[in-house]
Amino acid sequence: MINPLAPIGRGTLAALAETGRFSLFATRAAASVFSPPFFLGQFARQCLQIGYFSLPVIGLTAVFIGAALALNIYVGGARFNAEQFVPNIVVLGITRELGPVLAGLMLAGRVSAGIAAEIGTMRVTEQIDAMNTLSTDPFKFLIAPRVLAATLTLPLLVIIADIIGVMGGYLVAVNSLGFNGATYLRNTIDFLEVQDVVIGLVKAAVFGFIIASMGAYQGYNSSGGALGVGRATTNAVVGAIVLILAVNYLITAFFVE
Amino acid sequence: MTAKLQLVGIKKKLRGRQVLDGVDLDVAPGKSLVVIGGSGQGKSVTLKCALGLMKPDAGKVLVDGADVTRMPAEIRARVMKKFGMLFQGGALFDSLTVWENIAFRLIYADRVARTEAREHAIETMRKVRLAPEFADVRPIELSGGMQKRAGLARAIIAKPDILFFDEPTTGLDPITADAINDLIVEMVKELGCAAVSITHDMASARKIADEIAMLHGGKIVWRGPAANIDASGNAMVDQFIAGRAEGPIQAVV
Repeated sequence: MINPLAPIGRGTLAALAETGRFSLFATRAAASVFSPPFFLGQFARQCLQIGYFSLPVIGLTAVFIGAALALNIYVGGARFNAEQFVPNIVVLGITRELGPVLAGLMLAGRVSAGIAAEIGTMRVTEQIDAMNTLSTDPFKFLIAPRVLAATLTLPLLVIIADIIGVMGGYLVAVNSLGFNGATYLRNTIDFLEVQDVVIGLVKAAVFGFIIASMGAYQGYNSSGGALGVGRATTNAVVGAIVLILAVNYLITAFFVE
Repeated sequence: MTAKLQLVGIKKKLRGRQVLDGVDLDVAPGKSLVVIGGSGQGKSVTLKCALGLMKPDAGKVLVDGADVTRMPAEIRARVMKKFGMLFQGGALFDSLTVWENIAFRLIYADRVARTEAREHAIETMRKVRLAPEFADVRPIELSGGMQKRAGLARAIIAKPDILFFDEPTTGLDPITADAINDLIVEMVKELGCAAVSITHDMASARKIADEIAMLHGGKIVWRGPAANIDASGNAMVDQFIAGRAEGPIQAVV
């Protein structure tokens, strides 16, 4: 007789075990950021790779979302004669929520997948083992620079996304919804509070950490050739996205309460 | 004389299978030990346990008489400085150039200045007969034999006490394989280090070994001087060196 509850229990245990393993890995990754030796060259290269080269993706995402947001708020606001709130709600929505979350999701695709594929390939071709035999800790050489770079550059990217997102809303509002440009900007700036931006940046830093450590975790533990690396890449993206959305809710709830 | 490297009762279970079931091995300074055995008999796992890349479930790995199995990572990194390893596929870092690969330990672990490390790398390239004009290319542009030479150069650059070779001739044509074998013998002699190799290539084993040990079923089933391999008196060894499908060992197809 097969116990019908067994698969549920097995699944739950496996999920808990995986969560535990990832937590241990992420803790070790975070700790290795603060303990020498430091590889500054690797860190600089990762800042370029993760931060700078993500600018086009982030910029394009932000401008379109800002534009669409302005249109939607205009239509929604018109139902109770509140069209004038477009700039306020656009800037609030972008800085507190859409800027960090969309930047996080885009980078989960771009960066998490890239890290998982690179470290995963290094794992299956024994490059990680080779690094160990060369007295170099892969956590410090490979993982710490990526985790630190993602944690520091994602907030910078989000500041840029915020500005470009607001600009997207501004362009649509001024060019097709009949807003006055100066008034739109004045309303945006007057309405925005420091806290709105700070919340967004805190989220961005946490998402950056999640993105890099999830990619590294999946890559580091991959096995079984091309198939294994493919699986690691998929798991990294899915894992990072789910975790970003869950943590986003927790951070939002924490700041709202 | 204490052994340079000693494995005592190493046991390791992987995915529910007892891969190593009490492996005892030792190698004296300046000697070359070759472990032979069929695929899936735990040769690679033995090597990984010896190198500290895998933790054995039971047993000890002694380097110069000191147990390294349960050392903290920082101290093990220091022991690693005595080791050099040539990986089966080369395991060169494909994001770095050939010379940076060879000098990796010097640049990143010993923090030697890059210009000095480069000179050292090129000197080592000459030793393994890899032309210095390949210093600035990526490993992917090298042929299989050249990748092995680069891997060997990376393993010997810091003058290790123990060299490990994982299937050094696999994937090479017979002539290149023989050249690599000659190079291994030459380097081991020059460095005066102990060498541990795993292979299933008998031509390679005969050439580079002082002693041969055969691993089967997770245990060492025979061990003796390389010269005695043809008169081992062990049916499994005889079957292996003759390459017969019939005998005490069942072929895994």
